[in-house]
Amino acid sequence: MKLKLTSLALGAALAAGPALADLSFPDLSYRTGPYAAGGIPFSDGYNDYFTLLNERDGGIGGVKVKVTECETGYNTEKGVECYEATKGDSPLVYQPLSTGITYQLIPKVTADGIPLHTMGYGRTSAKNGDVFSNVFNYPANYWDGASGVVNYLLETNDGDLKGKKLALVYHNSAYGKEPIRTLEELSKKHGFELMLLPVDHPGQEQKSQWLQIRREKPDYVTMWGWGVMNQVAIQEAANIRFPMENFIGIWWSGAEHDVLPAGAAADGYKAVTFHNVGRDFPVFDDIQKYVVDTGKAAGAGDQIGNVLYNRGLYAAMLAAEAAKTAQEIHGTADITAAMMLDGMENLEITEEKMSALGMPNFGPSFKVTCRNHGGNGMVGVNEWDAETKTWSLISDFKPTDSEVIGALIAEDSAAFAAENNIESRCD
Amino acid sequence: MLYREAGDFHTTYTSDSQTFPIRFDRYRYYAVLVVAFLVVPFIINDYWANAILLPFLIYAIASIGLNILTGYCGQVSLGTGGFMAVGAYACYKLMTAFPDVSMFIHIILAGGITAFVGVLFGLPSLRIKGFYLAVATLAAQFFLLWLFNKVPWFYNYSASGQINAPERAVFGFEVTGPNAAASTTYLFCLVFCAVSALIARNLTRGTVGRSWMAIRDMDIAAEIIGVNPLRAKLSAFAVSSFFVGIAGALFFSVYLGAVEVGEAFSIQKSFLVLFMVIIGGLGSIFGSFAGAAFLVLLPVGLKVLGVDLMGWPTDIVAHFQLVIVGALIIFFLIVEPHGLAQLWRLAKEKLRLWPFPH
Repeated sequence: MKLKLTSLALGAALAAGPALADLSFPDLSYRTGPYAAGGIPFSDGYNDYFTLLNERDGGIGGVKVKVTECETGYNTEKGVECYEATKGDSPLVYQPLSTGITYQLIPKVTADGIPLHTMGYGRTSAKNGDVFSNVFNYPANYWDGASGVVNYLLETNDGDLKGKKLALVYHNSAYGKEPIRTLEELSKKHGFELMLLPVDHPGQEQKSQWLQIRREKPDYVTMWGWGVMNQVAIQEAANIRFPMENFIGIWWSGAEHDVLPAGAAADGYKAVTFHNVGRDFPVFDDIQKYVVDTGKAAGAGDQIGNVLYNRGLYAAMLAAEAAKTAQEIHGTADITAAMMLDGMENLEITEEKMSALGMPNFGPSFKVTCRNHGGNGMVGVNEWDAETKTWSLISDFKPTDSEVIGALIAEDSAAFAAENNIESRCD
Repeated sequence: MLYREAGDFHTTYTSDSQTFPIRFDRYRYYAVLVVAFLVVPFIINDYWANAILLPFLIYAIASIGLNILTGYCGQVSLGTGGFMAVGAYACYKLMTAFPDVSMFIHIILAGGITAFVGVLFGLPSLRIKGFYLAVATLAAQFFLLWLFNKVPWFYNYSASGQINAPERAVFGFEVTGPNAAASTTYLFCLVFCAVSALIARNLTRGTVGRSWMAIRDMDIAAEIIGVNPLRAKLSAFAVSSFFVGIAGALFFSVYLGAVEVGEAFSIQKSFLVLFMVIIGGLGSIFGSFAGAAFLVLLPVGLKVLGVDLMGWPTDIVAHFQLVIVGALIIFFLIVEPHGLAQLWRLAKEKLRLWPFPH
């Protein structure tokens, strides 16, 4: 009986073999629920880039790309369902855009041998590729973001933050708690005082937190928010007349839809970033020509050039480049998840490469190695101009405090390795 | 013709009072058990286990638990999510503290701890009832979630505040962690589900269950005829929380593997389980299964139909899902206020007369 079943399954797999020739990139998106405002533009950008590759270049290395979308609603249970539903499609890489789902998928993808790319979110210590063999978080992670915020403040304060007070307004979840440890270390190092203000899901209720900010008068406020929480926080900051130029968000708290509801009051709000903004890049001409004009744009097609759209585009570009690298290494166009893993581990993004793709200075240049799955952690700062309704990069991609972050990553990943009996695999 | 008592003679009290007195019913029940235990494990794959059967079994245990409290004893509870969280965190602490102990024992202990917490939060039920009690249990929901978020001891001081299930085995087979086979996790949950249903069914048919129902139907009258409300109410809270705790422990350790308390056990979870109980049928064990199946399978089924077969955009399907599930809930409650269990009961009545209705 068992033999029969196995042979049947084998037969089915063989029969299904040729049909799987497309390179499959599942898109665990969320276009519904309280976090849809962030999920839609990211997913649109992710889809549009692959559509562009299919239309303009005939796919990657001559093989067409297939993007299967699956709605998670930012919900971990649906995330599991989506993962299981798309797993049989020989997917090359997962990008769930949710820290909660990432934590679920880290053990699963490792067991199934599929790469997971959590760009600027997820588990920070996954940067240590020696322990997290299948997880990548290049080009930057939360702790780089935290350090980027502090570095920017150091820059504007002539390198001295002694006696200053920094408040962290954060989403009370794994995502929001990630930067606390780094900020605590940095506050010890630079002598500033840290104030923690958790906001519960989904984040519409923040009156008491901002009342506390008004009472305790921190010099700076930084925010780890997502979804509706961002716009509420910016509105509340405007309500208590907190100076907006002293308010810096993480990259997930710095999109158009976060600042637009507060109107002119949001002018001067800042957010750190690991990629460039605006649509002033040659690649957008191609998107207009091959994707928008042919009516193949994902979603409503109204998000092009938004911050999170660019991030989705960037994520897709990095995935496509990793696939190209994998094709070069293995000498075959029809790559598998295991080959994709090699491609991601040997990925090198240079300024020339990005210029050739029509995305000059779109992100930092970096090189992934077996030990370093997180890139160089270069972080820039964006500022919002309420009058022209645009974000602009006011501080270019700069290195973060790798000394503090490196120690924390080593500590956290060592704990994970001990917990799960993972042995060193690099060199 | 098939489904009737005629010709099925009971000669002992035990056979007369068994759960399924009608022969056809009994054989159907055995057939379901045989298929569930002996057929499904051989044909199950990861998708069926993780996306459909595990959540169904786990939610069925949770709704059996809530059904005992709300359906049989009449105490409305909105704290199910919080009690599931207690089960999950108890299981996590036990798993990490005693790695060599079998998961069976951890899950049962987690249920026991939840029963204790449930009794604590059930104490107000001695003084207040109805909507006021619902608000008191709502307080339990928020307090427990706050506690698990606030005190780092519960999540072993991890940086993210998440709890992750390490790999643990039962009789040498891994049941938690990514390398657990679909059939093992399924069987593990199935054993808990089947035993819970059996215990619940027999409890509700005996003295304890009758005292719960007496309290539900009229507490003053019950007290007059000699039912001790303290014991009845608190035992209902204990038994109910025990099952809910088991469900929470399985939900975290076997099904999801990583849990964030605010997201996985929020107030939505309490409402979801309450809806399962109401749609399935208050005061019915079968109703708990029917309600869990309805609310777990329907969204997945609609998604498969809309996205995979019809090729519609995912967001449209997700919105439609809400509309259709909502409309069906209203439809069922209007057509059959006593839930799916009552529909089943009516169908059985009709079957008894078939093919010769009067």
